[in-house]
Amino acid sequence: MAKVEETLKRIQSQKGVQGIIIANAEGIPIKTTLDNASTVQYAGLIHQLLMKARSTVRDIDPQNDLTFLRIRSKKNEIMIAPDKDYFLIVIQNPSE
Amino acid sequence: MASKRPKSTASNKGKEKKNNAASPIESVGSAHPDNIFPMVLTSATQELFGCRADEDVTGDNPYKLLRREDIVQDMKTRAAVSDFSPVKQAVLDYPGEEMLLVFDRDFTYGQSFYLVLTVDAMERMLRPPEPETEEAQEDESEDMLMPTTPVPQPWVPLGSDKEIEDEIYRDSRPRLKYRISRLRREFGAPVVFSDRSAAETKDAFMECASYEDKSFSLREMEGSRGVQAIPDVKAASTQTKWTYPKNMCTQYEPRQLSEKEKNKCLQSKKLKNFVQSVAIRFELAIQQNEIMDVFFNDWASLSEEDGAFGGKADTHLKEYQSFTDLHHSREKTISHINWHPTITGVIAVAMTERLSFEERICGATKLVLNPSLILFWSFSDPINPQLMLECPDDVLSFEFCPSDPNIIVGGCMNGQVVLWDISAHVDRLQGTRSGGGGKNMANDTAAYQGFESKHENETPVVRYCAVSGIDSGHKAPITDIQWLPESFEVSRTGVPLENKTGICVQIVTCAPDCSVMIWDIRVPRVATHSLGEERKQKMEDRPLNNPHCAANPFKHLDLSWKPLMKVSLPKIDTSGEYSPYKFCMRHNRSDSQVATVHSERSEVPDYSLLRVPSAKQLKTMEDICTKFYVGTEDGEMVYTDWKMEKDNESGKLFSPKPSHRYIVHDGTVNTVCRSPFFEDIILTVGGWRFAIWKEGVMNGPIFLSQYSQTRCTTGCWSGSRPGVFFIGKEDGNIEVWDILEKTHEPSQVQTITTARITSIKPWIVSSKQHLLAISDHCGTLHILEIPWTLRSHSGNEKQSISKYFDKEVERLIYFEKRQEMREKEKKDKEAEEQRLKTQLPDKSMEQIEEEAHREYKDYLAMEKVILKDMGLLEDM
Repeated sequence: MAKVEETLKRIQSQKGVQGIIIANAEGIPIKTTLDNASTVQYAGLIHQLLMKARSTVRDIDPQNDLTFLRIRSKKNEIMIAPDKDYFLIVIQNPSE
Repeated sequence: MASKRPKSTASNKGKEKKNNAASPIESVGSAHPDNIFPMVLTSATQELFGCRADEDVTGDNPYKLLRREDIVQDMKTRAAVSDFSPVKQAVLDYPGEEMLLVFDRDFTYGQSFYLVLTVDAMERMLRPPEPETEEAQEDESEDMLMPTTPVPQPWVPLGSDKEIEDEIYRDSRPRLKYRISRLRREFGAPVVFSDRSAAETKDAFMECASYEDKSFSLREMEGSRGVQAIPDVKAASTQTKWTYPKNMCTQYEPRQLSEKEKNKCLQSKKLKNFVQSVAIRFELAIQQNEIMDVFFNDWASLSEEDGAFGGKADTHLKEYQSFTDLHHSREKTISHINWHPTITGVIAVAMTERLSFEERICGATKLVLNPSLILFWSFSDPINPQLMLECPDDVLSFEFCPSDPNIIVGGCMNGQVVLWDISAHVDRLQGTRSGGGGKNMANDTAAYQGFESKHENETPVVRYCAVSGIDSGHKAPITDIQWLPESFEVSRTGVPLENKTGICVQIVTCAPDCSVMIWDIRVPRVATHSLGEERKQKMEDRPLNNPHCAANPFKHLDLSWKPLMKVSLPKIDTSGEYSPYKFCMRHNRSDSQVATVHSERSEVPDYSLLRVPSAKQLKTMEDICTKFYVGTEDGEMVYTDWKMEKDNESGKLFSPKPSHRYIVHDGTVNTVCRSPFFEDIILTVGGWRFAIWKEGVMNGPIFLSQYSQTRCTTGCWSGSRPGVFFIGKEDGNIEVWDILEKTHEPSQVQTITTARITSIKPWIVSSKQHLLAISDHCGTLHILEIPWTLRSHSGNEKQSISKYFDKEVERLIYFEKRQEMREKEKKDKEAEEQRLKTQLPDKSMEQIEEEAHREYKDYLAMEKVILKDMGLLEDM
């Protein structure tokens, strides 16, 4: 538990990081540093995108799997790392 | 003959038998003599036909069907003897094959037998129960009136079928059948066709010419049609729309885990492993982003700095409009300008007399006749001012209230503070903005009182609502006046407190009588109750002395207004006080919830209901900076605190000594202006130079301009670019300084007018239009448009400017350090010298002589040697 906290804190302290969300495989957030409304929204939407991206990668090559997803937008960058049971979302503003 | 008798008897009998004549069927059946023929049958005939009385036919079974053929045969054989002879004709006419003979036991018709002559009657006879039952039924129904559902009866034809039968086509004879045959071998024989002309042989063909057949031109004159009446039928159809339910909208809630479940998940080993494995990827990605932003569009951001390529005309301030009033600004000058904070295109100027102090005293009587005014100009009307505010004396400085732009406070030359309320005339000001001018006024003033509606085209003059008491205010002309922001208010001791009202209620004024005063526009709190009551009564009794204003919101202040607090500025090192000319406070805008809630209110508060609260009720605000800069008449900059300190000995409150004082300017400091972009950068203008200060840096100004040829009379920061400010000069020029471009001289100098510039104020109308209001000594107000180069700033200009300032601060610090070092060096050197000096008198005079002698000897020897070498000295 402490190790998890420590890792998250390390990520959070990087320059420009706005928020971190850990969600389970169904898209229900477990831990977050943002407010509840944003968290729920992010978790739900990104879960769908993640499913789609993963299925895309696996359709092209069944031996392959999605490891990391980065969405770059005008205002910030959303980074998602999926896993079998959980996925982690980090939102960063790189220009700060 | 025989028929007559039974006719009468039959009819009589019929009437007796049947008591009701309602059923014509029975009466017809029994009393009609045509259908039956009573007759006698001899026993021989009876035996012959098998209808012996009481044997074959009985009372119970009186009917006997005889074959007609037999009767005819009998008549033929026995001719006249036959019993049937009287009915011979009827029998022969009889259509059916069997005739009914009825044994009439009771002799109802006069004879023992009767013969039924018609088929109908026969039928009826044979089925007697029907009439009887019908009769019985009718009796029943009459007695009991029991409604029974009608049972469908078989249809009894009453003669209509005859007509239908006439119309029906029936085969009168059986259809003919023909059979035609041909020998089999004759079928399929080859056919040979040959041509033959029709005209050659006339008989070779048969012609069947058509002719008009008369039988087909018959006109039917009469026709018979069968008609059947049926009940009304109506055909209708309908189509139903298939409606099916479908979801209009769905309301859903996201799934969330409970705290327990979340904790369970967080504790699980799986999560730990996951986070560990994934964190590396993230760090890589985040650091990538940090190092370089790959999506940064260099090309697009390059264009921002390119804008300076314009013609020379682009950098000039263009004249937009200029305002001069013929009546009021003839001999006057403008002392202060202010844009209206909410209504665009409206600007207010304070007109003062263009006289020096002695002239004022000499011409004091004349001045009383000419009232001083603040004029409101609108862009839509350059000739007539929109509104005029009457002042008790010349106003040197005035300000709009930030929370309520209808309240204006001004400081006069005689030391009074004046309050105006222009809420009655706001419509006029707003109406002119739309450009309606006279037409709008006609509509608006109809709602006004009848007195004012006559003067539609004249500018309304608004009298002041409240003015401070002459003895309690300043003793010198008020040179600067400012509102305190609505986030806090100040108590009697200068402690900043939370402002519950959410509006600006306090004003700070300064005057060269060495005092800075804080005023409150609310009803003051009084210490003792008795005085309070007296004062309240006094205020109520005093009549309204403003005939123009219907309601005076500041009635409670008029003529009795006292300052809340007085801050004096004692000199630091000498006795005496500084005489402030202008001051500048920090923009203390705290995020208190009260302020934000109240700022959304749009209604105008009733000022007479507001009371100064006790200092104990409100909480002190810690983060308000109570220090401020003051520019004095002698050119000094003083940094002091307005919070009063308590003298421990006497318990009195007194103002603390200012913390810092700088002598920078050679003349009166006429502008102390804070930058709108940086909280702690202040521009001061005075004498022949200007300076930029950073609050917190106590060493000195971080930027000091060089002395210019002409006096700098006023200055202000640009509203859109952080590094640009304008300086007004004595000769009517405007200097545009851009720190990023040049720091030793202005980037641009433009001549606006010939008289001295008295005030500059910028205003941002829209992103495309930035205006600069400049007033001069002649009383003319110029509005200039700021060109694109001076109003648009590049993205990181603020950063560059702040970096520049930081650099300057560092320079200052370094400079000071160096100075200190130099001082120290100098001190050391002096000490050395002193030491050396004190060391020299140790040597005695004899020693010094001896040394000198020895040196002289050495010198002589050297001289000899040289002369010898040169051959000048003869060897002696």
